[in-house]
Amino acid sequence: MIRFVPRERTPVWLTVAVSIGSGLAALVLTAIPLALTGAPVFTAFVLMAQGAAGDGFALAETLTRATPLIFTGLAAAVAFRAKLWNIGAEGQLYAGALATVALGAGLIEAPPYVLVPLVLIGAAAAGAALLLVPVLFKTRFGADEVVVTLLMNFIVLLFVQMMLEGPMKDEMALGWPQSAPVLDEATLPKLVTGLRLHWGLVLAVVAAVLLHVFISRTVWGFRIRAVGENARAARYAGLPVGKAMALVGVLSGGLAGLAGASEVAGLKGYLTADLSPGFGYAGIVVATLANLSPLGVIPAAIFVAGVFVGADSMSRAIGVSNYLADLVVAFALLSVLVGGLLTRFRIVFVRREPA
Amino acid sequence: MDRRMHPDPRPLVLSLIGITKRFGPLTANDHIDLDVRAGEIVALLGENGAGKTTLMSILFGHYVADEGTVHIADADGELAPLPGGSAEAALAAGIGMVHQHFALAENLTGFENIVLGTRPLWSFGLGGREARAKIERLIAESGLAVDLDVKVARLSVGEQQRVEILKALYRDVRVLILDEPTAVLTPQEADGLFATVRKLSAKGLAVIFISHKLHEVLALCERVVVLRGGAKVADRPTAGGDRAMLAELMVGRAIPTRERPPSMPGAPVLSLTGISVGKPGERDRLEDADLEVRAGEIVGIAGVSGNGQGALAALVAGLAAPRAGQLHICGHPAVAADPRARLAADVGRIPEDRHRDGTIGALSVAENYVLETIGESENQSFGFIRRADIRARAVEAIRAYDVRCPGPGAAIRALSGGNMQKVVLARVLEREPKLVLAHQPTRGLDIGATTDVHRRLIAARGRGAAVLLISEDLDELFALSDRIAVVHAGHLSPAMDAENLDVKTVGLMMAGHSAGEAA
Repeated sequence: MIRFVPRERTPVWLTVAVSIGSGLAALVLTAIPLALTGAPVFTAFVLMAQGAAGDGFALAETLTRATPLIFTGLAAAVAFRAKLWNIGAEGQLYAGALATVALGAGLIEAPPYVLVPLVLIGAAAAGAALLLVPVLFKTRFGADEVVVTLLMNFIVLLFVQMMLEGPMKDEMALGWPQSAPVLDEATLPKLVTGLRLHWGLVLAVVAAVLLHVFISRTVWGFRIRAVGENARAARYAGLPVGKAMALVGVLSGGLAGLAGASEVAGLKGYLTADLSPGFGYAGIVVATLANLSPLGVIPAAIFVAGVFVGADSMSRAIGVSNYLADLVVAFALLSVLVGGLLTRFRIVFVRREPA
Repeated sequence: MDRRMHPDPRPLVLSLIGITKRFGPLTANDHIDLDVRAGEIVALLGENGAGKTTLMSILFGHYVADEGTVHIADADGELAPLPGGSAEAALAAGIGMVHQHFALAENLTGFENIVLGTRPLWSFGLGGREARAKIERLIAESGLAVDLDVKVARLSVGEQQRVEILKALYRDVRVLILDEPTAVLTPQEADGLFATVRKLSAKGLAVIFISHKLHEVLALCERVVVLRGGAKVADRPTAGGDRAMLAELMVGRAIPTRERPPSMPGAPVLSLTGISVGKPGERDRLEDADLEVRAGEIVGIAGVSGNGQGALAALVAGLAAPRAGQLHICGHPAVAADPRARLAADVGRIPEDRHRDGTIGALSVAENYVLETIGESENQSFGFIRRADIRARAVEAIRAYDVRCPGPGAAIRALSGGNMQKVVLARVLEREPKLVLAHQPTRGLDIGATTDVHRRLIAARGRGAAVLLISEDLDELFALSDRIAVVHAGHLSPAMDAENLDVKTVGLMMAGHSAGEAA
């Protein structure tokens, strides 16, 4: 018989070990269907690793892909900490991207040290405003935020498509539904010339560190944690539950909006309706892999990005479908959830005596 | 020992031999022997964590004992071993249990609840006439009067308990376990329950009565088994015993009698004038209530749970606004439902449910200690938490309130109920509030922790705080209160001097009689 005994505290080494173990377990689990298809398992994994981090170029590509995932992962982590189930990071990302081109594609002319902050603030504000609506619906009327945020994703995406077909369509783009490019003054510079990697990564890492400090060290971070863990007791103790929730909405929506700004102003240069291949949803996976820790979001995002970049490269080399990446990430998620049991409980094996 | 010298002629129905159960390093049951004879009423007495629940869970098949065996008489009266770990086997062998928290389907009638689960799934109906005849016979025999055709949700708590007992009797139990059955009853209802239990035992039913109320044990039971720290420390007839002796057996040391200096009440701190709280249709509401609590006195509110105490507590705690009437704290009107305003008005609040309202389980002891004051300058500067200062003060509070915990950084959910409550007390009382709301402050606590809470409340009174004590435990109310008011169906009686009040009067008032009728 197996018995789960709750742990009084979880040692840090165990949390780290469980995270790494989960990643390895995911690879082992992925090897099973891979072997069943007759593909060379070992080769495939080696190619994936090489594709993700085999050289400077591969690594830069992985980090580029990780940048929006850090932002959306942080958005999910801070919201889920407060038990605000924001499934709308995808929509907030597009709102941020829309604000980026609205402000940065010629509306305002200013030097970079003015225009870049302005664009970032505008994008964060757009994402935050978008999430504040469901948060207010939740605190005022008790509306379920999962449904509202999820449905708003589709509204925003359709709105973006409408704008790209209409008022914001770039006349110079030969009929493609895309926005005018952002000005050079609004662009996030590249980190290394010749690579796609840009300053968005630095912003994302700084955001993670700031969020960590905010959550663990400040009064408002304390209030957010308290409200998330037990809103009833928080209210009883006189903590401002509604304000804390609104603040979480601003932070989470703002971070998702920054993901959009970073993708447009750092990478693509203009907005299209296929800007994000689901970064908003992948952020939920990243946050869960990171156990909702802001600092943990960084490696988790790099892991997920690496798996996708590596799988692309592997699939080009030996023809195994890059859906393998989804499989690895899905298994990693399951492994982390199971691993969570290990961090919260001590597992004791009990010999059951014959009855 | 007595038993062997004067052999009891009644047959054994249940025999536990050497029951041992360990949870990791903790031995919850340590070689416990327990014999119960037909028609016997045995009290199982012990503090929280003494092993009562574990023992009953083993008997009931929820846990498997590490060592030891359970024997139960079969239909011919022969003792046969009961297979462990099977609740079905326990039920089939005739073991029935009425839990503290009832297991009734509220949207079904009493009749349906009693019969539920006794018929094969593929049979039509509930076995109508036969079943009803049997239940009516049981009611006549036991005196457990209850309307069988009313939905359980509409029955009073006492009636629901009767349905629970009938449910067990309907299944032909031979051993009936009652877990803290009087916790939800008025004294008179409890007397009625005792009469029923005596009738049933006279017909040969063996009853195990789990309680921590010593006078009930002495009044009802012929034998008492005391558990302490997982071991059986006494198994003796109740005849010739007294409460002090049982309490000592239970705790393992002498219980200090409480020192309570006479009260010197000062100016009114809390005053309710014509207050109505809660929706008119709700059971837990107040209608046109008047109450005054003065500095330096403890006013107790007695009543069966759900008669308006919740509404009163919510009002004073700042969770509910009055529908009508005036609420004054220290002479200042307090209208809005705002917990922060209460804190600002120097009200300390000990909530009824420390897990749900009093603490945040995932946060540390230190963080819970500063939960109400995190925004104040002693705990923060420029929005940043002063972690070292908070930790130092938490360490000090842990020492002063004798909180047993691994340290200020430990998650509070790892603490026992008593230690958790000490953290709540430290948070509430350290600020020396002018008014203390203590809502069921000792619910679920063992004697040691209870004594500690009582001592703290009397100390608060001693330094001039007004204390509003809402409790369902009459012993506690009489031990602490200077004056007692009774709440029934939303109506609050005037507060009466506790000196000139007896338990019987309060009990009748709890059942809805006016003070004049009750006296």
